[in-house]
Amino acid sequence: MALLQISEPGESPAPHQRRLAVGIDLGTTHSLVAAVRSSVPEVLPDEQGRVLLPSAVRYLPGDATVVGYDALAEQAADPLNTIVSVKRFMGRSIDDPGLARAPYEFAVAPGMVRLRTVQGERSPVEVSARILAALRERAQAALGDDLVGAVITVPAYFDDAQRQATRDAARLAGLNVLRLLNEPTAAAIAYGLDRQAEGVYAVYDLGGGTFDISILRLTRGVFEVIATGGDTALGGDDFDIAIADDMQRRLRVDAALPADRRGLLVAARRAREALSAADSAEFRVRLADGRELSATLERDGFERLTLPLVERTLSRVRRALHDTGLAPDGIQGVVMVGGATRMPVIRRAVGELFGMQPLTDLDPDQVVALGAALQANLLAGNRAPGEDWLLLDVTPLSLGLETMGGLVERIIPRNSTIPVARAQEFTTFKDGQTAMSIHVVQGERELVSDCRSLARFELRGIPPMVAGAARIRVTFQVDADGLLGVTAREQSSGVEASVTVKPSYGLSDDEIAAMLTDSMTQADSDARLRMLREQQVEAERLAVSVEAALAADADLLDAGELAAVRDAVQSARRAAAGDDVDAVRAAVEKLASATDDFAARRMDRSIRKALAGRKLDEIS
Amino acid sequence: MAGDDYFGLFGLPTRYAIDDAALESAWRTVAAQVHPDRYATAAPAERRVAMQWAARANEAYRTLRDPLARARYLCEQAGVDLQTESNTAMEPEFLMQQMNWREALDEARASGGEQAYAALQGELGDAARALRDEVGILLDERRDAPAAALKVREWMFVDKLAQELRRARSPD
Repeated sequence: MALLQISEPGESPAPHQRRLAVGIDLGTTHSLVAAVRSSVPEVLPDEQGRVLLPSAVRYLPGDATVVGYDALAEQAADPLNTIVSVKRFMGRSIDDPGLARAPYEFAVAPGMVRLRTVQGERSPVEVSARILAALRERAQAALGDDLVGAVITVPAYFDDAQRQATRDAARLAGLNVLRLLNEPTAAAIAYGLDRQAEGVYAVYDLGGGTFDISILRLTRGVFEVIATGGDTALGGDDFDIAIADDMQRRLRVDAALPADRRGLLVAARRAREALSAADSAEFRVRLADGRELSATLERDGFERLTLPLVERTLSRVRRALHDTGLAPDGIQGVVMVGGATRMPVIRRAVGELFGMQPLTDLDPDQVVALGAALQANLLAGNRAPGEDWLLLDVTPLSLGLETMGGLVERIIPRNSTIPVARAQEFTTFKDGQTAMSIHVVQGERELVSDCRSLARFELRGIPPMVAGAARIRVTFQVDADGLLGVTAREQSSGVEASVTVKPSYGLSDDEIAAMLTDSMTQADSDARLRMLREQQVEAERLAVSVEAALAADADLLDAGELAAVRDAVQSARRAAAGDDVDAVRAAVEKLASATDDFAARRMDRSIRKALAGRKLDEIS
Repeated sequence: MAGDDYFGLFGLPTRYAIDDAALESAWRTVAAQVHPDRYATAAPAERRVAMQWAARANEAYRTLRDPLARARYLCEQAGVDLQTESNTAMEPEFLMQQMNWREALDEARASGGEQAYAALQGELGDAARALRDEVGILLDERRDAPAAALKVREWMFVDKLAQELRRARSPD
């Protein structure tokens, strides 16, 4: 929040001002939290010394929940209330093909899918928030309470709805999201900084439920993603499903019971993991009726069974390579990320495609969280001079609009460096038309019906004119988190048309607010006291930084604006002297919004100054 | 923020011929300066401004790096409207050529012949290169933006056809 933050880039705050930030890998199978302490990133363990937190949440009757290993232990006994692999449902609707075989009860509702549990319907956002909250508590126990924020990783191929859902989950878990970071990019940071690597690298990331391939150019502290691709419904889980399906047939199990299906999947995972080190493994399952069944799974058979899955990843790799215009031998190294890359069949196939031994020496389970921690540390402003790097990531999917005949007009092509903004002009179809609706889709296909619907926008308040006379300029913007924003303006009259976003599968702001309020009412008086302290500190910090900003750049304000800012500073100080937490919060918000424009102008000035300096440097 | 044009933003001379290495290095310098990562914990207003600057720098780089987009940008900056829907006038010679290419693409599609595809792709590549050279001379030496715009529109057509051909050859 501090206005002083725009000091020279590259400066590092004094040690006592270090701001703690964590990196979180929110995975399909398990999640981790890592932080940079004494300049080295490390994963933070729980009280028992375990670093992985299984991404499992069990809802108990009443309002208690269990997260992690304890939830996982009961999954076969209580399958419908124990949610695993919830990441696969993020930002997805009930009619998504990937949901058909998931062993849960889904509520039929528009928008994002909801799971029926003993505690009622839960959205995937809420389930993920429970996992994130457990990691936040772990981080606070290890680092103390002053967490400025977190970098949360997402699959590079996540679309807007999935990213938005992840961001909402973090908000719900009480985390300040510094950035959503693509998982392969996080891995590249951990790897590249560790090895001082230079050149073009591929990151092959096969997790529990998602697959990503990213190709990056590493040069002198710049990580530039040049192409990315993937499949957000393909991961180790699918290999387990293939084994479970095969075993169900071989052992003649009628697994209509959710508990049996879950038991088969658990046994499949165990067998698959054993096959990474041995040529055959025992598949053993105990059914709900008490029968115990077993069979042997040979590695050869397993590899035949899952060949189509491996081939799916390779075809994505080839497309990403094609997008870069490079041949496989133009790649210096291939970094393997994600627990599923432990499978020998994957290492062999990737090695053959690139004609080189893949790099597997960094723990594939930890490398993403470690990279996220490094980036979080950088974003929090803790970088020392010379320890600096720059990340240039891209959009994974093309962004387009529905035009006549259900065709897609591409606005922002895939692999565009973010942030990116692109404007498109529209006009009216009928005389006196004052509103129009725009449908935004994400995907590479030419027909709207083959792409994923992102959102529908309604433009209202267009001044009435004859057909074709209005010129409405709509700007689509993808920010550094890969999230879409839209603004619209009628050009001839200068009227700002209002934009109403209806995310196709996301949660509305109202829904998020309601969930937040729900969790707030459970807070005890200790929490309220802490909130008051935090708000008082925030008010003082903001007041001091605004005063410093005024001392430097008051000339950017006219007399009226200056008086308004000074007034807001005084009100904030007055409110902070009292003990009404809502009043302090309101005063802080008022001060922040009163200085919004001022902050923007200062920022503009500082950037202009820096760019002008750069040009002078080059001339001299 | 509206004042600077894309060339000015990178401290480069406003002309068609461009030093690719200088452009890339200027973009990297500007991108490093304005990247939202530099302002992750700043006030919302500052984050917004940084994001706008960064988006502008990326858009400027994307435009200037691509020869066709750069030519379009220079024509538009010179006040020539390239909005192709309202302005479809083209030289009759090019219209004939355009019809021939379309037919060749349809025939290649029908026969599925790799050779036919390759021949047409080569022809389109030659045409694009010739147009590129012409546009360069018209913009930098003759300083005749309206004449350049005419050639840019032909080039856009060639480019579009080449894209269609690539898709027909290897569907995604």
